[in-house]
Amino acid sequence: MSISLRQYHAPVWDEPVIMEMGVAGRRGCHFPIAGEALTSAVGEATDLIPESMRRRTSPELPEMSEPDVLRHFLHLSQETLGMMGISLFGTCTMKYNPRLTEDLVMRPQMADLHPNQDPATLQGVLEIIYNFDLLLRELSGMDQFVFQPSGGAGAAYTHACITRAYHAARGELEQRNQIITSIQSHPCNPATSAAAGFEVVTLMLEENGYPSLDALKAAVSDRTAALMINNPDDMGIYNPEIKEWVKIVHDAGGLCFYDHANFNGVMTKLRARELGFDACMFMLHKTFGVAKGGGGPAVGAYGCSAELTEYLPGPIVSKDGDRFVLNDQSPSSIGRVREYLGNVHQVVKAYAWTRAMGADGLAEASDISVLINNYMEKELLKIRGVTRSNPDIDCWRMEMTRYGLGQLFEDTGVTVMDVQNRMVDFGVDAFWLSHEPWVVPQPFTPEAGEMWSKEDIDYWIAVLKQISDEAYSDPELVKSAPHNQAIRKLGPESLDDPDRWAMTWRAHLNKKAARA
Amino acid sequence: MKGQRAHPYMPNSVPAIHQEMLDALGVDTIDELFEQIPADHRLTKALQLPPALTSESELRRHMLELLSKNTSCEEALSFLGGSCWQHHVPAVCDEIIRRSEFLTPVWGTASSDLGRNQAWFEFTSQLGELVDLDLVALPVYSWGCAAGHAIRMAARLTGRTRVLIPEFIDPERRAVITNYCSPPEMQSSIEIVDIDIDPDSGLIDLADLDAKLSSEFAAVYFENPSYLGQIEAQAADISAMAQKHGAETIVGVDPLSLGILVPPGAYGADIVVGSIQPLGIHMNCGGGLGGFIASRDEPKYAYEYPALMVSIAETIDGANGFGLALMHQSSYGSREEGKDWTGNSTYLWAIASAVYMALLGPQGFRELGELIIQRAHYCVSLLQKIDGVSVSPKSGYFKQFVVNFDGTGKSVSDINASLLDHGIFGGLDLSALFPDMGQSALYCVTEVHDESDLHLLADTLAEVCRK
Repeated sequence: MSISLRQYHAPVWDEPVIMEMGVAGRRGCHFPIAGEALTSAVGEATDLIPESMRRRTSPELPEMSEPDVLRHFLHLSQETLGMMGISLFGTCTMKYNPRLTEDLVMRPQMADLHPNQDPATLQGVLEIIYNFDLLLRELSGMDQFVFQPSGGAGAAYTHACITRAYHAARGELEQRNQIITSIQSHPCNPATSAAAGFEVVTLMLEENGYPSLDALKAAVSDRTAALMINNPDDMGIYNPEIKEWVKIVHDAGGLCFYDHANFNGVMTKLRARELGFDACMFMLHKTFGVAKGGGGPAVGAYGCSAELTEYLPGPIVSKDGDRFVLNDQSPSSIGRVREYLGNVHQVVKAYAWTRAMGADGLAEASDISVLINNYMEKELLKIRGVTRSNPDIDCWRMEMTRYGLGQLFEDTGVTVMDVQNRMVDFGVDAFWLSHEPWVVPQPFTPEAGEMWSKEDIDYWIAVLKQISDEAYSDPELVKSAPHNQAIRKLGPESLDDPDRWAMTWRAHLNKKAARA
Repeated sequence: MKGQRAHPYMPNSVPAIHQEMLDALGVDTIDELFEQIPADHRLTKALQLPPALTSESELRRHMLELLSKNTSCEEALSFLGGSCWQHHVPAVCDEIIRRSEFLTPVWGTASSDLGRNQAWFEFTSQLGELVDLDLVALPVYSWGCAAGHAIRMAARLTGRTRVLIPEFIDPERRAVITNYCSPPEMQSSIEIVDIDIDPDSGLIDLADLDAKLSSEFAAVYFENPSYLGQIEAQAADISAMAQKHGAETIVGVDPLSLGILVPPGAYGADIVVGSIQPLGIHMNCGGGLGGFIASRDEPKYAYEYPALMVSIAETIDGANGFGLALMHQSSYGSREEGKDWTGNSTYLWAIASAVYMALLGPQGFRELGELIIQRAHYCVSLLQKIDGVSVSPKSGYFKQFVVNFDGTGKSVSDINASLLDHGIFGGLDLSALFPDMGQSALYCVTEVHDESDLHLLADTLAEVCRK
């Protein structure tokens, strides 16, 4: 395999921070000035404001013309590599985001809708929500989905709130104050459990790559409120005992939540409900083709069994004859986890993506994800210094595999962050390392998914091979990376130091002055 | 593999490529690779999904048929507000957030995604100027979520477990805050106590606040303008009262009002929250929401933020870069020991807002605020002429105000149905949300409503109420 690596270089605009830009008096937009009729009817604006609340000093915003603002942000966009190259950011399932759907949601019939409009004027969007709910029910076996949770963590939090309501309704909430998860489950599961007031019980991995049944049995009790878990985990290992897990937790009186963050590997292969789970979550901004936006707006679609639907946050879209209606009547509902119906425009995109894929397309996407991950694994393990998690577990991994560069680090002193910084020099987006805690030293977790061609994956592998060679031959080259970006890497100065961090320009100016 | 044609979204949807990889792995079928999933975990029955629409033209047509069943606020004349508002969205905002570089990325590095990180910093920096505070985090899901986090921050800061909030806030937001405060069964529960609103002024009843405030309260939360529209003229007094009892002052603001209203940082707010949706983001049926959290730049506040924070930082050769600060205290860094939780949020909207604030500048914010407040008052002056219609309080609001229809003998629901027949979305019906207010509706007027729109509303309402 001979692949020539791209001579990539990021655009360098040396773009000032916008707070340094502009000229006094310049304008980027006008609003109408109140006419005489208006002013004579109501008076000057200042007189309409209680005296104590009249702003006397202008906010120190830049004063710029419209084209200057446009070009500034265009330059910044160009200084963003993101998905312009190849992004295999594991656990986030990088997918193609169809531009058709971006066009669709910019139309007034989506963009300029108010959530409190008469439902008669929202029939299209309610129909889409209703039908997408049906699609997700079919994929999961659940009985109802809601889209108000605005991220995967939002869905995990929703589950923690529903767990509270479920046990409170049984008078057992004070007693059932523990949620069980595993060390390889996404941090949002323990974090949202704790934020909702639960104690977190974390199970450690054992030789098979997942916690043992004995550990789970020892953890459950009459204090168990719920289990919240991913499967497969980020190492690509599927827990084959999961049905037994669900039974054990159910027998103890707890609810079971399936965090489908890693759905690509099992999509169309199994249904959460058929494994016994009471609830599950899909991330529309990951698995269902919705653009990530650098971190949202997102949707954690939360689905549950009929037994839990009364607790769902409202309003629920349902069908009355041939009309779609909003129902907010359940007295046991947890209310809201976020205002209104959630990120509705993202649901519209996910619906369109799913319709474009169809059942066969979804199945093929899952097949390709697992096929190419194993192909990639075989090639990556040929690279010097690369190992994989649980090296002794001899099976085909699911849609991603966790690797370690511990060997490379020991041999060369090059860290996984250095490698990450060097990969971007070849037009390859930074890979995902691992959630905390690092079970594998110097971890990295690429996920190929279905959108990248085999040529892309071969290129990615070749880049890592190149960097491994560099690490062994010229480690400084890697440690001082990146070299082909708009800026070098950040210095060693701690952003946890109150005298140094500056989350706004004004704080930066103050602290810089204080240091001088 | 099924299907004759390679799927347009999947470059590897080609049998020869499958075979090439299968050969490399030495297996015959893809199914063998799923060996980890036990047979009795597999689907019990085949998936039943509607037929695939792999052709973009066909899919587009299907989607347009659905979307055409909606009536947008561009087609109708809408006076709906509450916590989602129709404002003008400059075309440059839409252009920038449609850029693929901003639209699609996930995380990157400080160097390779410099532009996005800088845009984030320009969001926090400009918002800091509007609210007059030095510490602004990356946004969370919504104003309600921001308020919930801020109250939890205050509870951790003070070690106290009660919070005072006005009796009238958006029920949507109250429901979110209630969840964030946890029910009484939980040890970490925060008790919500309502502050009375003076019915004549629409402002916080200071006597009631004084009577209720004590050293048991973590925070006093109030909104400015209030949910029902009033500009809280006693903001500095409220902050001082909270401070006297060692409680944090949390203020929820509409950032669009801050071109003309005193910024909360200047009247003693410790933590400020609000919505970024009015800053250049389409309503999207509620999908345009985003919430911000800001505070004074003191370590004790910084250490309680659940949201991610982007700081300006120096590169190894002294250039400006932007990195994440205090990452270890997030749920990514510390799982259940972290501050609340974080995750995917509304970061693309932060970029839209950065563009918006730069386009407006100080003059734009002032001009916009003045136009809105004048038009809102003009609207009220017209509505008050209608028999049976009254607005209370008669002054002191920004862009939202309460219109009461008791004198017409008609319900808001009937009136709004009639308005809808005329292509007008009437104000949000408050009658079920706050029954004591009678047949009242919350109307919202912004820069998108010109004088002819307001006359059309008044004329139509007069006709509808007369019938």
